[in-house]
Amino acid sequence: MKYKEPFSRRLFIVFNYFFISLTALLCVIPMIHMVSISFSSSAAVNASRVTFWPIDFTLQPYNFVVAERQFFTSFLVTVRRVLLGVSINMIITVLAAYPISKSQTVFHKRQLYIVFLLITILFSGGLIPLYIIVNMTGLIDKIWALVLPSAVPVFNIILLQNFFKSLPTEIEESAFIDGASHWTVLFRIFLPLSKPALATLVLFVAVGHWNSWFDGLIFMNRPQNFPLQSYLQTVIVNTDTRLTSLADLEFFMRVNQRNSNAAKIVLAMIPILMVYPFLQKYFAKGIVLGSVKG
Amino acid sequence: MTGKIHKQGTLHLMLLPSVILLLVYSYFPMFGLIMAFQRFRATQGFFRSAWVGLDNFRTLFMNPAFSSALRNTVFIASMKIVLGMLVPLIFSLLLNEVRKNLIKRSIQTIVYLPYFISWVLMAGILIDILSPSSGMVNRFLVALNINPVFFLGNNRWFPYVLVATDVWKSFGWGTIIFLAALTGINPELYEASIIDGAGRWKQTIHITLPGILSMVILVATLSLGSILNAGFDQVFNLLTSITIPSGDIIDTLVYRMGIERAQFSMATATGLFKSVVSFVLITTSYKLAYKYAGYRIF
Repeated sequence: MKYKEPFSRRLFIVFNYFFISLTALLCVIPMIHMVSISFSSSAAVNASRVTFWPIDFTLQPYNFVVAERQFFTSFLVTVRRVLLGVSINMIITVLAAYPISKSQTVFHKRQLYIVFLLITILFSGGLIPLYIIVNMTGLIDKIWALVLPSAVPVFNIILLQNFFKSLPTEIEESAFIDGASHWTVLFRIFLPLSKPALATLVLFVAVGHWNSWFDGLIFMNRPQNFPLQSYLQTVIVNTDTRLTSLADLEFFMRVNQRNSNAAKIVLAMIPILMVYPFLQKYFAKGIVLGSVKG
Repeated sequence: MTGKIHKQGTLHLMLLPSVILLLVYSYFPMFGLIMAFQRFRATQGFFRSAWVGLDNFRTLFMNPAFSSALRNTVFIASMKIVLGMLVPLIFSLLLNEVRKNLIKRSIQTIVYLPYFISWVLMAGILIDILSPSSGMVNRFLVALNINPVFFLGNNRWFPYVLVATDVWKSFGWGTIIFLAALTGINPELYEASIIDGAGRWKQTIHITLPGILSMVILVATLSLGSILNAGFDQVFNLLTSITIPSGDIIDTLVYRMGIERAQFSMATATGLFKSVVSFVLITTSYKLAYKYAGYRIF
């Protein structure tokens, strides 16, 4: 069906493209600006000459950051928490999603467990009681404090059990007739069929662990135990230093750190930039999975 | 049927790790809420601290810092809820008009980038670009002959900066949801309406909007539950003592009471107030979402 569109429609299309591109630009300009600053000399940054392109290109800020002991230590803590956190989260998710995905006739207590899980997303004890229990279980200043309190991702369990439910039941039934146990069915049939869903869950959990900062801030007393984001929180965001007046010496010290701070931010963003495009499909699907009911 | 119905032990066993971890790190803290009714001392623990009944709540409701934080929370959260829904809705409608799939997908990928960057890094970026003396935004304003604004240090601006930056950071994610709903609309409906002589505008009003109405209702009802969630991650990283009058929210107040000043019972009482109100709101919103959009979490 080829026909010439009316003038008003063509005008709309032009404006629409313009508006959408402008919005998209607004979403990346701040990040581009930070990248430019991170590759510019302090002099150029302080003279406010840097906008969207590095001025007096230099790797100095990155050399400075990489040489910084604390940055490296925190980076390692984050890598450890991501590896540990993702493994534990995924094991728990898989093990919990399987029984929950069974029908009431196969698993009589299903409803009870669902209520048990749901209560934890509807209600929480709050910050102080959580801190006390983490302290009582001896996790303060241990990597486990960043992993165990969030080890049961209820929403992911719901997503995966919905996915399990959507798998064809015939294979499973014939396996049971052949005398297979639940373990065999889960590991030999369900998991191989769920690889794409599991892969996206892994990415999602990994991003979550990479990004979280508050647990590190309150559960770690020694700076060498801070994960990267908690450490960056204390050096870049820390509100107290921002309060100093403009004429303050502190202010000039901070200004001189602008390009190395930018370099830290850019380095911490890189892993996210590499994986986030793969998450798009999952999110759209996840919402649909959550709403389509079994 | 499987004929192995009696083998439920395995199923319980699989859930055991989840149950233990949730008991310790979710249910035990709920039990710990009793400290909201005590004058809790760490040395005396939960069992020997003195009971004070509702005293903490009485003190709390008379505390001007609490009423201020409550007002800020509801104000900031409701603006975020409304704009956080309208902006992605409008943007997804506009993006849906783009016929070239490659452009559509690239734009989508670009606009939801900020959603995945932590608020710590985002705050670092915002502090830099919003700085009154050297920030990119104020340099732009100065170039337009507008006086620079101290966005993060001015109580008149601060709540709106919070809302604007939050909407900016997360509208790409909302766009994905609405676009998914838009692509689910049956294309035959559009063809039929073209034959009936409906223009673009009429199609939008009579087909597109009704087509995604259930998704809009779903998002709206579910977001009701977050009316006391003004976004701790964001506010904590952008709040300074200058902007406490306009930007302090319940969660940041709890943090300052509990972690900085060690007023454990007061902090827990404040948190309990928030939890109870949120619980009522969330269960109500789930009920509404089920009633009007057929949504069920399990």
